[in-house]
Amino acid sequence: MKKILYILQKEFTQIFRDKTMLPMIFGVPIIQLVVLVHAATLEMKSIDMYVIDKDLSSLSTKLVNKFEGSPFYTISGKSFSITEANKEIENNKADVILHIPYGFERDLIREKSSEIQLQIDGINGTAASLINAYSTSVISDFNKDIVVELTQMPQLAKIEPIAIQTSYWYNPELNYKTYMLPGILVILVSIISLFMTAMNIVREKEMGTIEQINVTPIRKHEFIIGKLVPFMIIALFELAFGLTIGKLFFHIPIVGNVGLLFGFTLVYLLVVLSLGLLISTLASTQQQVMFISFFFMLVFILMSGIFTPTESMPLWAQKVNIINPFYYFMRVIRMILLKGSEFWDISREFFSLLIYGTLMLGLAVWRYRKVA
Amino acid sequence: MNEIAVEVKGLKKSYDKVDAVKGVSFSVSKGELFGLIGPDGAGKTSILRILTTLILPNEGSANILGYDVVKDYKKIRNNIGYMPQRFSLYQDLSVEENLEFFAQVFGTTVKENYDLIKDIYIQIEPFKNRLAGKLSGGMKQKLALCCALIHSPDILILDEPTTGVDAVSRKEFWEMLIRLKLKGITIIVSTPYMDEANLCDRVALIQNGTIMKIDKPASITSEFGRMLWAIKSENIYKLIQDLRQFEFIDTVYPFGEFIHITSKSNNMDTNSLISLLKGNNHSKIEILEIQPNIEDCFMALMNN
Repeated sequence: MKKILYILQKEFTQIFRDKTMLPMIFGVPIIQLVVLVHAATLEMKSIDMYVIDKDLSSLSTKLVNKFEGSPFYTISGKSFSITEANKEIENNKADVILHIPYGFERDLIREKSSEIQLQIDGINGTAASLINAYSTSVISDFNKDIVVELTQMPQLAKIEPIAIQTSYWYNPELNYKTYMLPGILVILVSIISLFMTAMNIVREKEMGTIEQINVTPIRKHEFIIGKLVPFMIIALFELAFGLTIGKLFFHIPIVGNVGLLFGFTLVYLLVVLSLGLLISTLASTQQQVMFISFFFMLVFILMSGIFTPTESMPLWAQKVNIINPFYYFMRVIRMILLKGSEFWDISREFFSLLIYGTLMLGLAVWRYRKVA
Repeated sequence: MNEIAVEVKGLKKSYDKVDAVKGVSFSVSKGELFGLIGPDGAGKTSILRILTTLILPNEGSANILGYDVVKDYKKIRNNIGYMPQRFSLYQDLSVEENLEFFAQVFGTTVKENYDLIKDIYIQIEPFKNRLAGKLSGGMKQKLALCCALIHSPDILILDEPTTGVDAVSRKEFWEMLIRLKLKGITIIVSTPYMDEANLCDRVALIQNGTIMKIDKPASITSEFGRMLWAIKSENIYKLIQDLRQFEFIDTVYPFGEFIHITSKSNNMDTNSLISLLKGNNHSKIEILEIQPNIEDCFMALMNN
């Protein structure tokens, strides 16, 4: 037991002596949170709209003005030429073309219906569907207005058979930061624990120091504990540090029990640290560690549900996510922070990860014993 | 004095398709300074790594102080000090921190065994706060020796400690080893330098994973049993070429500025050789009869 303390003391001396370490621990979370939370947003703030108004009537002008008046739209250009408009899309100058045909107003008054066309740049599918949703809501708003005007019967317009009142639970304003910040915390904690553990162990191999350690009475489990515990502590510290930044600068809600979150994180770290240990047994240089962990991290992050809901993935992908530790943590951190979930709400994830972590640690230790 | 400290029997080790050690047996008595002498790739490191419990032998057995290297590796690790060929202390820890760390993991303190390392440590003490990675080669080596000794091991195992070290430091290092031997520590050292063999009590000459001979250095050289001459001239390269042409010459090996030769009849008229060489346009020819050293014996054994 005393020996483990000596090993830990040595590890911490080395970690804090490493000149890149302190900037990593403090700099990376600040930069990642500040930059990513602001940058990785799905809110469209400036949609460039190109307008082809062939009608040039008062109603068509009203519609164009409605778009122009919205904070989300900028009118990037107007003309009567479709070719011109298409060119704008091709040159990335416009995201969407609003095409109002000749006779728009006339049809609307005479036949009570008329058509307009929206052409959306579909390069980025997510952006396209957002633009579609925004534009549709602007147009339906416009619809309501003109019904009132055209029928001259205001009371009629007010009769809505079914009134839809939307309210978003747990994130009433649909604040993107509230949603992103916990996700980025997950990545942060994972990088620290997975990457650094593997790097640190492999460095001992590269430098040959593991030879010297192996001829001492240090037992394998003592060495492993000595390697995993420091990064577990640092990862937990990162989580606390990141939450503090989130609370102070982004005012993210912390509804649930922080203790529960840390408890869950501990179980999560068991999996990720073991994975780091496993990678270190597969690699013999730090470069190899980089490649292997990048592979895992990329797949895990993209499938974790940080950007896209996992429920919208194909079924097989959802099945694959069973072995994605990031997926569990991503779910649970949002549940606890935003929803205030209790232990029983996350117990399925908790026990899954606990079993997963135990198996993983077993596998990693077995591999470690075999190669070292 | 004749108590056995290390006993190796029929040791074999192969990596993939390469047989590094092909059935090696030897024993080392307590308090002995035992040398494994052989060129690079002879299998020295593999033997030492088996003895230090770092790798497992494919066949054969080895025991240290009566403990088997496979079964009782834990006990062995408490009783040996190992200095690998490559500097393998923590470069980002200071001299003092390294020493303390290794003392701690062996469950002892620097103070407790300070006597043993005092002579060596005193030389690096002025730099005790310097990071180990920033030390010079000779100092790194002294630190490594201190760390290998800090738990007062019964047996010290050194893998090519003097490779890449300057002549003065090499001499100093061997003096340190001999002082340690006098303190009763059994030492096994490997080296590719044949001249260091004479400083050992007994040596094993290793080539291609087999031991060619084990004996006291003096016995090995006395068993050479042939006359040996050292010869040189102005054009060494041509001299070697020419000597190899002569029927009566047996072996020709360059040794520094001299060439060591033996003759087939084990006797030779040096004057007639000189005149023969002069006929081949050699000048400043010097020839003298010499006592064989370990390297001569090694070469002779290698050819058998």
